[in-house]
Amino acid sequence: MDVVLLSRIQFAFTIAFHYIFPPLSIGLGIFLVMMEGMYLKTKKKLYEQMTRFWVRIFALTFAMGVASGIVMEFQFGTNWSAYSRFVGDVFGSALAAEGVFAFFLESGFLAILVFGWNRVGPKVHFLATVLVAFGSIFSAVWIVIANSWQQTPAGYHLVGEGANVRAEITDFWQLVFNPSSMERLSHVLSGCWLAGATLVMSVSAYYLIKNKHVEFAKASLKMGIAVAAVASLLQLATGHLSADGVAENQPAKLAAFEGHYEASAPGDMYLFGWVDEATEQVKYGVRIPGMLSWLVHFDSSEPVTGLRSFAEEDRPPVNAVFQSYHLMIVIGMALIAISFGAAFFLWRGRLYGMKWFLWMLVLAVLLPQAANQLGWLSAELGRQPWAVYNLLRTSDAVSPILSAQQAWFSLIMFILVYALLFALFIFLLDNKIRTGPTGLEDETSTYEYTKRGVESLPLDGRKGKT
Amino acid sequence: MELTFSLNTAWFALIGVLFIGYAILDGFDLGVGALHLLGRTDDERRVILNSIGPVWDGNEVWLITGGGALFAAFPHVYATAFSGFYTAFILLLLVLIFRAVAIEFRSKRKSRTWRSMWDTAFSLSSMVIALLAGVALGNVVQGVPIGPDKEYAGDFLRLINPYALLVGVTTLSLFVMHGSIYLILKTEGDLQGRIRGWAKKAVGAFIVLYIVLTAVTLTTVPHMTERFRDVPALLILPVLTVLAIANIPREVTHAREFRAFLSSGATIAGLLALFGIGLYPTILISSTAAEFSLNIYNAASSERTLRIMLIIAAIGMPFVLAYTISIYWVFRGKVKLESMSY
Repeated sequence: MDVVLLSRIQFAFTIAFHYIFPPLSIGLGIFLVMMEGMYLKTKKKLYEQMTRFWVRIFALTFAMGVASGIVMEFQFGTNWSAYSRFVGDVFGSALAAEGVFAFFLESGFLAILVFGWNRVGPKVHFLATVLVAFGSIFSAVWIVIANSWQQTPAGYHLVGEGANVRAEITDFWQLVFNPSSMERLSHVLSGCWLAGATLVMSVSAYYLIKNKHVEFAKASLKMGIAVAAVASLLQLATGHLSADGVAENQPAKLAAFEGHYEASAPGDMYLFGWVDEATEQVKYGVRIPGMLSWLVHFDSSEPVTGLRSFAEEDRPPVNAVFQSYHLMIVIGMALIAISFGAAFFLWRGRLYGMKWFLWMLVLAVLLPQAANQLGWLSAELGRQPWAVYNLLRTSDAVSPILSAQQAWFSLIMFILVYALLFALFIFLLDNKIRTGPTGLEDETSTYEYTKRGVESLPLDGRKGKT
Repeated sequence: MELTFSLNTAWFALIGVLFIGYAILDGFDLGVGALHLLGRTDDERRVILNSIGPVWDGNEVWLITGGGALFAAFPHVYATAFSGFYTAFILLLLVLIFRAVAIEFRSKRKSRTWRSMWDTAFSLSSMVIALLAGVALGNVVQGVPIGPDKEYAGDFLRLINPYALLVGVTTLSLFVMHGSIYLILKTEGDLQGRIRGWAKKAVGAFIVLYIVLTAVTLTTVPHMTERFRDVPALLILPVLTVLAIANIPREVTHAREFRAFLSSGATIAGLLALFGIGLYPTILISSTAAEFSLNIYNAASSERTLRIMLIIAAIGMPFVLAYTISIYWVFRGKVKLESMSY
C-alpha cells in the first residue's frame, strides 16, 4: 500500500474512533444541564442523584475524547503536511478560536463539574455544568466550520504557484458562514444529541428490565425519550437541508449518494441498491423515479447533474458513498420510529412493562453511533478525490517525506493502542452502569489489598484511612 | 511592512507565552507523575495523583492550544516539524494517551496488580513526556537539516544526540523539582516530610544539570547567544533567571514553599524566554544552509489571518486567564480524598 492510502486509513481510523466520544459528551451535556437545572429548581434528591450519575459517565466519555482528540490535531502535521501548508492560513482562525473559546472552557470547568461538588455552591456548580456543555458545543462549531470549508471553500484566494500555492483568507465571516457550515453543523449537533439521548435511554431501560434503581431509571428515560424524539426529527430536517446544499455545492457527491450517472437527466431515489461502477448502473435496487429531482428542485422531471459530467479521476468511490449514505438514512428513520414509539407507549402508560421494547431501547444506543460514522463516511468519501473540494487533491495533500514504513508503524500502533483503549472504555462504562446511581458512596473510599500484596507494603496499617 | 513585522513578532511571542504556560502548568503535573512511585501506600499515591486530579486536563490544553496556534500562525513550521519528526511525535502522542488513560483508570479497580500497573504507566509516561519535550527543544536549538523545499531531510535517530539528551534530562529534573515543590503545598504530615527530602535532592540535581547545560550551550551552540551581544539590555533576563534559580533552595530550606513554587515557575518562564530570544526571528534553524531556515516571515500565515487571530486571542485570553486562576483558587489547599477522586 502506498503512503496516501495508509495515511487515509490511519486518519479514517483515528477520527472514527475519536468520533465515538464527542457526540456522547455533547449529547450528555444537555442532559446534565436539564437534570441539574431540575435539581436546583425542585431540590429533589432524585435529580441530584441523576446529575451525579450522568456526570460520571460524561467524565469518562470526555476523557476518552481528549485522549483520542490530541492525535487529531497533530495528525494534520504528521501525515498531511502539504495539506497543512495549503490550508494553514484559513484554518488558523478557526483553530485559534476553538482552542481559546472552547477547549479551555470545557476542560477548566470540567474540573469543577467532576471534582467541585464539595468546593463550590450549587449555583456555581450549575454554572460550571452549563459552561462545559456550551464549551463542548463550541468545539463542534469550529471543527465543523473547518471541515465545511474543505467541502465548500469560501472567503479565500489562492496565493503562490505550483507546489507553493496556498489558500489565504480574504473574509473571516465568509469562512465561518461558508455555504455548507451551518446546515452541516445543525446536522452534526442533532446527531450528537441523539447519541446522548439513546445512551440515557439505553441505561435507563436496562435498569427497568433488571428492576433496579427504578425511580431513577423512569425519570432518566422520560428525558431521554423527549430529547430523542426532538433530535430525530431535527436530524431528518437538517439532513434534508444538508443534502440540498450538497446538490448545489458538490454535485459529484450528490450523484454518488444515489448512484446517478447520466449527465443530465431526472434523478431517481433508491431505497437500496448496489452500484456496479464498471457498468455505471445501480443493480438490485428499488427506486422511486424522479424522487431525487423532486427533493432537490420540487419537480420530478428537472435534470440533476450526474457522475458522467465529471472526468473519471474526479469522481468519488460511488458504491461506498451510496451504501454509507443509504444505511445512514435507514438508521435515521429507524431512530424516528423508535423514539416516537417509545413516546407513544410512555403516553399510553405501557412502556415500563414492555420488556421487548425496553430491550430495543437498550440496543438503540448503537444506532446513532453507526449513523454518525456512516454519515461522516459518506460526507468525506463523497468529497474524494479532493482533500479541499476542487482545490487540492488528497494525493497531493500527504506529507511528501513520509515513508510507507513509518506510516505502517504508526497505523499498527494506533490500532493496538486504540483496541486497548476501547476495551478499557467498555469495561469502565459497564462498571459505572453496574455500580449504578446509588453505589457512589462506597466506591473508592477504601482500598483492599489482595492477599499477595500485603507484606510488600510497609505502611499498610494505614489502609482504609482517607 | 512595519505592521507585518509587529504581527509576526507578536505571534512568535504569543506562542511563546502558550508554551511557557504549558511548561509551568503541565511541568508540575509531569513532575508529580515522575515522583508518583515514591508514594509508599495506596493512600499516599492517591494523594499524589489527586494533587493534580482536577487540573492536569486543563494544563494539557495549553499544549493543544500552543500546537493549534503554531499551525495557524506558522503553518510551515508546524508542517515541517510534525512530518519531519514523524516517529518521535507518534511516540509522544501514544505516551500522552497512555498517561491520560493511566490517570483515569488506576483507581477504578481495587486490585493491587491493576493499580501498580497503572501507577507505573503514569509515572513512566510522565517522565518520557518531560524527556521528549527537552529532546525536542535541544534539537531546535542545534538546528535540523531542512532543505530548500522546507522539508526535513534527516531521520529519527538523528534526533537522539548527546546535546538533545542533556536538554531532555535537564528538563526532567526541572519538572521534578517544580512538581515536588507543588506536592509539598498539597500534602501534609508524614508524606509531606518525605517530599521535602525529595525536593531538596531535585533542586540539587537541577542546579548541577543547569550549570552543565549552560556551559555546553555557550561553547557548542554559540548562535543562541548572538542576540544578547547585539542587544546587551536583554542580559537582564539571564540575570533574573539565575536569581530565580538561586532563590529556590533558599525558599525550600526555609519551608516557604509557595515562594519556592513561584521561583521555579519563574525559572521555567525565564529559561524558555531565553530560548525564544536566542532563536528569534528564526523558529526552525536549518543546519543545511541558513537561507533554508524557517523564520517568522517565510513560515507565517498572511497578515490578515495573524490579525484576525490576534483579535480572537485578545478577546479570549483574558477569559482563559480568569478561569484558570479561579479554578486553581477553587481547588487550593491540601488534597482531600473524596468519592469522586481518582
